[in-house]
This record gives sequence, C-alpha cells and structure tokens, in this order.
Amino acid sequence: MKSIGTTWRNIRRSPYQAVAAIFVMMLTFLAFSIFALIIFGSTRIVDYFESKPQVTAFFRDEAKPADIEDLGNSLKESGLISEVKFISKEEALRIYKEQNKDDPLLLDLVTAEILPASLEIATYKIEDLALVSDTLKKSTIVQEVVFQKDVVSTLSSWTNALRKIGLAVVVILSMASIFIMVTIIGIKISQKKSDIETMRLIGAGSWYIRWPFILEGVFYGLIGALLGWLISIGALFYVTPYLSSFLKGIPVLPISPVFLLELLAVETVVAIILGAFSSYLAVLRYLK
Amino acid sequence: MISLENVSKKFGTGVFAISDVSFSVEKGEFVFLIGPTGSGKTTIFRLLIREMLPSQGKVVVNSWDVVKLPGRKIPELRKKIGVIFQDLKLLNDRTILENTTLPLEVVGTKKKDAIAQAMEILNQVGILEHKDKFPVQLSGGELQRAAIARALILSPDILLADEPTGNLDDVTSWEIVKLLSDINEKGTTVVMATHNHEIIKKLNKRVIELNKGEMVNDKKGHKSSAKQNSEEKKEEKKTNSAKPDTVQNLAKQNSDDEEKVENNNDKEVKTDDFEEALK
Repeated sequence: MKSIGTTWRNIRRSPYQAVAAIFVMMLTFLAFSIFALIIFGSTRIVDYFESKPQVTAFFRDEAKPADIEDLGNSLKESGLISEVKFISKEEALRIYKEQNKDDPLLLDLVTAEILPASLEIATYKIEDLALVSDTLKKSTIVQEVVFQKDVVSTLSSWTNALRKIGLAVVVILSMASIFIMVTIIGIKISQKKSDIETMRLIGAGSWYIRWPFILEGVFYGLIGALLGWLISIGALFYVTPYLSSFLKGIPVLPISPVFLLELLAVETVVAIILGAFSSYLAVLRYLK
Repeated sequence: MISLENVSKKFGTGVFAISDVSFSVEKGEFVFLIGPTGSGKTTIFRLLIREMLPSQGKVVVNSWDVVKLPGRKIPELRKKIGVIFQDLKLLNDRTILENTTLPLEVVGTKKKDAIAQAMEILNQVGILEHKDKFPVQLSGGELQRAAIARALILSPDILLADEPTGNLDDVTSWEIVKLLSDINEKGTTVVMATHNHEIIKKLNKRVIELNKGEMVNDKKGHKSSAKQNSEEKKEEKKTNSAKPDTVQNLAKQNSDDEEKVENNNDKEVKTDDFEEALK
C-alpha cells in the first residue's frame, strides 16, 4: 500500500512524463487491438468460405435445365461430390435482392434474365476440387467456374500476411514502448537520486526503493492498454455499419463481447508484463 | 558498541581520508569527534553506516563486523543507527511529518501508528506545529530538529550527529546540543562531530580529535556517558532538595564555567545565549 502511495505521488508530481508514457503504451495497445480485430475478422471470413461449397459453376443463358441436371447427375455419379445445389436465375435474383434490400439503386436495373443460373458443388475432399473444376470447365454450357479454393487461399495468404505484419508492428511498438519507458523511469530515478540515497542511508532495502518505480511502469502499461482497447472498440463500433454492408452474408459482425473482453484480459496481462519489465530494466540500469 | 581498529580509508586519488584510526565507544557514551574540515570526521560516520568500506582495518558496530556485513544486512545495520547528516538529507517533496515517518515506513509500521509516533517525537524536539510544512518553509534550527526527529524515530542504539550545530546561531546550537544530551541521558550512544569548542568545553564529554585523517587525541571528559551522568544526578539529588534535571545540570555547569571565563566578553555573550535557550 505504501509503495502504491509513493507511486501515485511520483506520477502526480511529473504529469508530462506520465502522459508521454501512457501515450506510447496506448499506441502500442491500439495497434495490438486493431490487428487482433482484423486477424479475428479475416479468420472468420476464411472459415466461412471454407465451410461453403467450394466450386460454383455459372451457366450460359442458353443452357437448358435438362442439360444442367445431366451435368449435376454425372458429377454425383463420380462419387466425389458431397452436395450439389442448383440455383436458378429466379433464385439468384431472390438472393441478390435479399443481399441488397437496403440499397434500392442496386435493385432497380437487375432482373432474373441478367443473372446466371449456377451449381454450387461441394466435395468430400478438398483435393478433388481441381478435378471437379476441370470437368465443369470442359462443359459447353458452363460460362465460368469460380473456384472457392482460390478465394480461400487468397484470403488465407492475406490473413497470414496480416498476422505477420501485425506481429511485426506490435513487436516494434513494444520495443519502442520499452525503450521510452526505460528512459522515462530512468529520468524519474535520476530526479530522485538524492531522495533514494537518503532512503538507503536510513535503512530502506532495495525492493522498498524499487517497488514504486516498477508499479509506476505497470500503471502506465495498464492505463495505456485500457485506452488503446477503448479507442479500438470505439472505432470498431463506428465502422460496423459500413463493414456489415461490405461483408454481406458473412457472419463476422458484430464481434462477440466475449472476444472483446478476452482481448482486454490478454492486453491487461501483456501491459503488466511490458510495464513491469521496462521499469525493472530502468531500475537495474539506474539504481545500481 | 562502536569499535574501529587500525582503520584507514584511501580514496582513488591516493589521498587518505583517515589513516590508522583506532578507538571504541561504549554503550551510552557521549563522544565528540572534532577536527578541522577534511580531518575525516564524516568519513568515520560513513564507514560506521557502511556507506563506504575502509581500505584496511576493522569496523564493528553493535557486534556487527561492518566490513564483512553482507549487502542484504546493511539496511538492518542502518536501522539501528540514527544519523543526523551534515546536509540533513530531508526529502524536500515531503512534509516534516512525512520525513519523520519515513524510517517507520521503511520498517513497515502501520500508517496510523507511524503518525502517532512521529507526532510524539516532533513534540519532543519542539516542532510539532510545523509538521505539515515542507523543509523549505522551515528555519535552520527547525530543520535540524526535524533531522533529529527522523534520526530518533526508530529509537536507535546509536546516534551519529555530523556537525548538527553548523550554520546555527549560538542559542539554537545550544538547544540542539541540549536535545542530544537528553537523548544520551536516556541511554542512546551519541557521537557528535563538531567544530564548536564552546559546546565541547561546556559539556565536558569525551573528545576524539582528528587532524588530517589521523587521530591526535582522545580525551576523556568528566561526564562522558549517560551512566556517569545518572550517577552524578543521584548524588546531586541527595544533596539538593530541588530536582535538577538534565537541563538544570547543563545550566548549572554552564554557570560554573561562566565564572571561569574571565575577561572574555564574547564567550560571556554565548553563555548568556545558552541560559536563554535553556529557559
């Protein structure tokens, strides 16, 4: 309790240094939160695409229902297919209308005629997708084959890249935070050098002197993490309506409050470790 | 209680701060450490609290071999020794009360108890009314008392006072010395570094003299320990129906001395100041 009192007094008596320390911590945890949310969202998108039929064949307008049915049946007979779903032009229009019900401009000019009928085909094994795709492409009634595997692998590579970039950014910002915190706590220790000397001479042990500085680092870390988290959550709520229309049909938003609280818990732990580690480095460096 | 055996301290520059100094101080003794600036008085204090290590020799405090004391035991040693530093070392961003409770904080005393103890000791040294002031708001004498209060708060066995009357006027100096004398009466060993020959002469305690780092004199006083003083008190009580306390002893001694000082107006003025202080 006494260490906490001393810590609070140290913070109050050098507010600019405290603000600088909190600010740099906040930036680190803001980046941490943003990348965590992006990675979480992109992972959900990849999961969504992986769970959907992996190949979609769009038919030419002249394709007859009987031909489409024959093609479907021949695929089923191969034994590779787990599910085949036919989507007629009318159904495609219904899905389109459902997806764009909030945007009348997009609905005005679209009719069932301009939308292609399609087959959504899922395989038991992901490696059979290429064979199915090739078979479909050979058919004269098929206009285009959208191979979901490509979408998934593109998304996966994006997610992986984001993960790496996020990790690099967070590591770089964490390093910057550590150096800045070491400097700030170091300045504070230097300012209190004579007080520390006096405390030592009247019998204060090393940890009695160290604790307030370490707690100060932890405090900056915690406040920075909380602010970074709050700003990122605020930003998330702000962009949710735009993202929702962009990610139509993909169940990413709203992000579960449980995940957000888990994120806060993780950031709190990281903040304590980061704050304590930086101030401990400063204490070792300046309190010899 | 305190023992230095052939202690020398040589600085990196090759200069000897003290050279082959040996003396011991018994429990309850009052010892003056005198000598010109740079004679090694402060160095001895710094060695006693292990602020520095001697280049050679043995330093024993309270049966602890200070030189061989492991680092983790140093705080324990320092808690047993109250020090009035030459530059006082009060923390400027803390009030007098907070400065006084600091040693109690260090040993983990509860805040409420610490405040009660600090109030009591501040009352004893006569600056209770300044408890909420910061050091910059106090006069030299008041700061000196605050430093004494902080040095005494843990009831140390030994009190080291490094020129506690330096830069103070005669009246305040005598008040401080009286305070230290009272503390010694209660059984605390007091070692006081000073330049003030007037005080040394009046108190008539043991005097260890240093010059250029060497011990040149160790003169026993008539009343060098609290034990002796209390015995004298008993004697005095038998012969005097009045109840002379330490202050009166000092006053009596002072007036005796005053008679001895003839044709020295300056010293008479100082003695008058002393009496005034005692009132």
